[in-house]
Amino acid sequence: SIAKMGEKEKKYDRQLRLWGDHGQQVLERARICLINVTATSTEILKNLILPGVGSFLILDGGRISGEDAGNNFFLDPSAIGQLKAKVATELLLELNPDVKGDYTEEDLNQLLDRNPQFFQCFTVIIASSLDVVTHKKLAALLWKHNIPLVTCYSYGFIGYMRIIVREHCVVESHPDNAHEDLRLLDPFPELVEYIDSIDLEKMDKKQHSHVPYLVILYKFLQAWKNEHGGQAPKNWKEKKLFKEKVLQGVRINEHGMQEDEENFEEASKQVNTALVESKIPENLQQIFNDAKCCNISENSTNFWILANGLKQFVQNNDKSSLPLRGSLPDMFSDSESYVKLQNIYKTKAKQDIDLLTSYIRDFGAVNGRLSDQEIKRFCRNASFLQVVRSRSLSEEYENASQSILDGLISEGDSDAIWYVMLRCVEQFYTNFSRYPGVKADDIDIDVTRLKNCVQELTRSWGVPGLVEAMSDDYVQEICRVGAAEIHSVASYMGGVAAQEVIKLITAQYVPIVGVYIYNGLKSTSVSLNV
Amino acid sequence: MEVDDCDDGARWSGRWNHLQKILERNGPFVHPDFEPSPDILDFMLNSCKVLVVGAGGLGCELLKDLSLMGLRHIHVIDMDTIDLSNLNRQFLFRQCDIGKPKAEVAASFINKRVKGSKTFSHFCRIQDHDSSFYKQFHIVVCGLDSIVARRWINGMLISLLEYDEDGNLDPSSLIPLVDGGTEGFKGNARVILPGMNACMDCTLDLYPPQVNFPMCTIAHTPRQPEHCIEYVKIFQWEKEKPFGDIAIDGDDPDHIKWICKAASTRADEYGIQGVNYRLTQGVIKRIIPAVASTNAVIAAACANEVFKLATSCSIPLNNYMVFNDTNGVYTYTFEAERNEQCLACNNTPRNLSFKPDALLREVVDFLCQDNSLQMKSPGLTTTIEGLNKTLYMKNIPSLEAATRPNLSKSLKDLGIVDGQEVIVADVTTPNSLRFKIKFNDDVTSS
Repeated sequence: SIAKMGEKEKKYDRQLRLWGDHGQQVLERARICLINVTATSTEILKNLILPGVGSFLILDGGRISGEDAGNNFFLDPSAIGQLKAKVATELLLELNPDVKGDYTEEDLNQLLDRNPQFFQCFTVIIASSLDVVTHKKLAALLWKHNIPLVTCYSYGFIGYMRIIVREHCVVESHPDNAHEDLRLLDPFPELVEYIDSIDLEKMDKKQHSHVPYLVILYKFLQAWKNEHGGQAPKNWKEKKLFKEKVLQGVRINEHGMQEDEENFEEASKQVNTALVESKIPENLQQIFNDAKCCNISENSTNFWILANGLKQFVQNNDKSSLPLRGSLPDMFSDSESYVKLQNIYKTKAKQDIDLLTSYIRDFGAVNGRLSDQEIKRFCRNASFLQVVRSRSLSEEYENASQSILDGLISEGDSDAIWYVMLRCVEQFYTNFSRYPGVKADDIDIDVTRLKNCVQELTRSWGVPGLVEAMSDDYVQEICRVGAAEIHSVASYMGGVAAQEVIKLITAQYVPIVGVYIYNGLKSTSVSLNV
Repeated sequence: MEVDDCDDGARWSGRWNHLQKILERNGPFVHPDFEPSPDILDFMLNSCKVLVVGAGGLGCELLKDLSLMGLRHIHVIDMDTIDLSNLNRQFLFRQCDIGKPKAEVAASFINKRVKGSKTFSHFCRIQDHDSSFYKQFHIVVCGLDSIVARRWINGMLISLLEYDEDGNLDPSSLIPLVDGGTEGFKGNARVILPGMNACMDCTLDLYPPQVNFPMCTIAHTPRQPEHCIEYVKIFQWEKEKPFGDIAIDGDDPDHIKWICKAASTRADEYGIQGVNYRLTQGVIKRIIPAVASTNAVIAAACANEVFKLATSCSIPLNNYMVFNDTNGVYTYTFEAERNEQCLACNNTPRNLSFKPDALLREVVDFLCQDNSLQMKSPGLTTTIEGLNKTLYMKNIPSLEAATRPNLSKSLKDLGIVDGQEVIVADVTTPNSLRFKIKFNDDVTSS
């Protein structure tokens, strides 16, 4: 009902300003599977339920222990001994009546062996505290079906998150400091025609002091080009000179004094940001070279169909210009000139969208797969497209990333060391079926055993000097925390992982690729392309 | 370990296992003062008192985090009531709580869920409590969206510092301040040790003053939908009084609808597109986007620091972390430096240079506009020939009327001499600040 829609819009108002109604719609259709209830994993789920994810299913056959109820906000101590998944589901569902949730106590390994299609209906799968064998099995299955897996847990003061996604395409990456798309250096005919129709000399005082800086810069640019063999100001020195010329354009009144013309000042300030050459950014060039962009078929996703259309657009035009974004920054101006200029950009952007649409007629536009909105959004974001691909878990384990190893040796106290330590903890668990230092009495012997794991792992990587570069302190710290999950770290990771999941669902903003490590000892963190 | 506790259901085997591993074992990264012992958890559970300022997005998270980290004597203060738009992140509130005080609902939820918690709520403004209230806490955590409120708490904790005759700080008078802030996908967490490291006012330039649209743009040359909305807010509301002689209430849908409609009409006149309800409310309320995840991250980073400060189990953040997860997940941790000029945490008066014939108005403007001061409505007093003299006082209407003519007088004519001390009071601090007026003959005053 309409009333309900209004309520929802109000409830989600603060986040709709970040990912829009269309982002919210996708979020509300998403289905999440959460494997294993821990303080970290229920915090992730909490931060997905609050913004209104569609539904979740918790998979965990374990029962609540005293310590589970001690660090988890969504396990009730009066329910100790009951199913973790059941109690967590009930308490989490209280957070948002819009969200559906359920649980199952089925065994993960049995599901993987006997009913692998169980996982195929989910948008994203989140897992916590998996042993490495199960983790690899799950990751391999999801890799095959291109379902993103987010693994996240807390270990003492350290938080770990791994995103495994075969391919994730982002149209709306929302860059923090995007340059404007003004085309002053390679103007389109309609812009030239409009600016040429303006005569600054003939303007009265008021008009002259309200000309948009875009017009001023264009006029002075033509003058400059005439004096410089058709070249625009290129380097810092030339641009400085050009700025001075622009400032000399300020009207002189009958007393020989310069008028107060804010628009000319603004023009000179905007020289560096406004005079940018159109070119295809690196990320986009890679997308154009991608096999998926070159070979389009009925089975291609909308993103690749659009990317192919974009590539044709660039090739068939001047090879360096993308579809015009069509937005104009605010600038000092009278309303009429500004709106006129704005409409010129808007109209041209619309033409570019139509042109791109004509290139994809065969696959996308005509059979209704792509909405006008989607094509428009793609064109507006053309220079910010991102394709994110992580390595698979098996690649990570079979072939350690050289850049991380190099970094570890050159930079002894990098948080990447914690990644190595957590890999060793996995090995320790495989060897002894328990975590190091869980019992205080075992700490000393576990330190020795964990050191052996470190040696084994680094030997298998074939990096001499890595063990020596690593201080024993890290082994000591890992053993003393005894796999403790403290709530501050769990909650931090719960926030980080939930947002990465939302990025994967909405295809807005850019997720990390690989591993993220949080170090609560120092309040630092690092992303590793493992 | 055993904890004396008579509350029903607050003791069960294994409850604090996770924390005990951290607090009862030694490790290579602990604070030099740390001595592992069951006494630390006992202190956390039974003695340590923490104040949480704000029961909103960060506050709700902080209450959960701190309670599960073993802190049970928490006070929470907030003057706000619950709104529907809070529910996407302030997870201690439900639909049926709308309109109730945030602090009260949050505290009672925590006390119900986390057994043994004795969270105490204060439904009031921070200024309604005096130093005797703030003095009782071991640590203060702020989860606020207002810079003025942050500065006030900062000033309060600085005013509680005690020094001996030699000017040495009495460490028992120091109350650490942990502060968090968020905006969309960005946030920051910091640890302030008042009098020891950078305080809120030392780093005011990290919070740039709000930029407003030029008045002539709003009145004569609107280009953006925001300009049209501001026009209605500033001129039309006052003139047409659509709902009688009342101020705009950003939470009243009828008010926003009226403004939206009027702004649309104005936008149409100029051919401007894009005025809609959401934008109108955003401009009128100066809405800052907010999402559950960022609040969780920043509150957790703050709670982690409170835990370290309370237990010495690790070295606290020194002293500032920024977070941004728009593109990947990015953090940057650095040491913000003390500002020797800072009025809030340095005991010496700051010099202000003005020409003798500068008007008092220029001094007031400077106090408001200077990046490192950013005052809101400063009140100025001084002593002339042994008598207290109010130069200007904005907050008290009768005094404002009486002192307004002074704004147009020069410093010289007001009897101010070179080196004169002026005492300034402002809402940004509970303390009076001392300035020295230095006369110069330069053209520019600074």
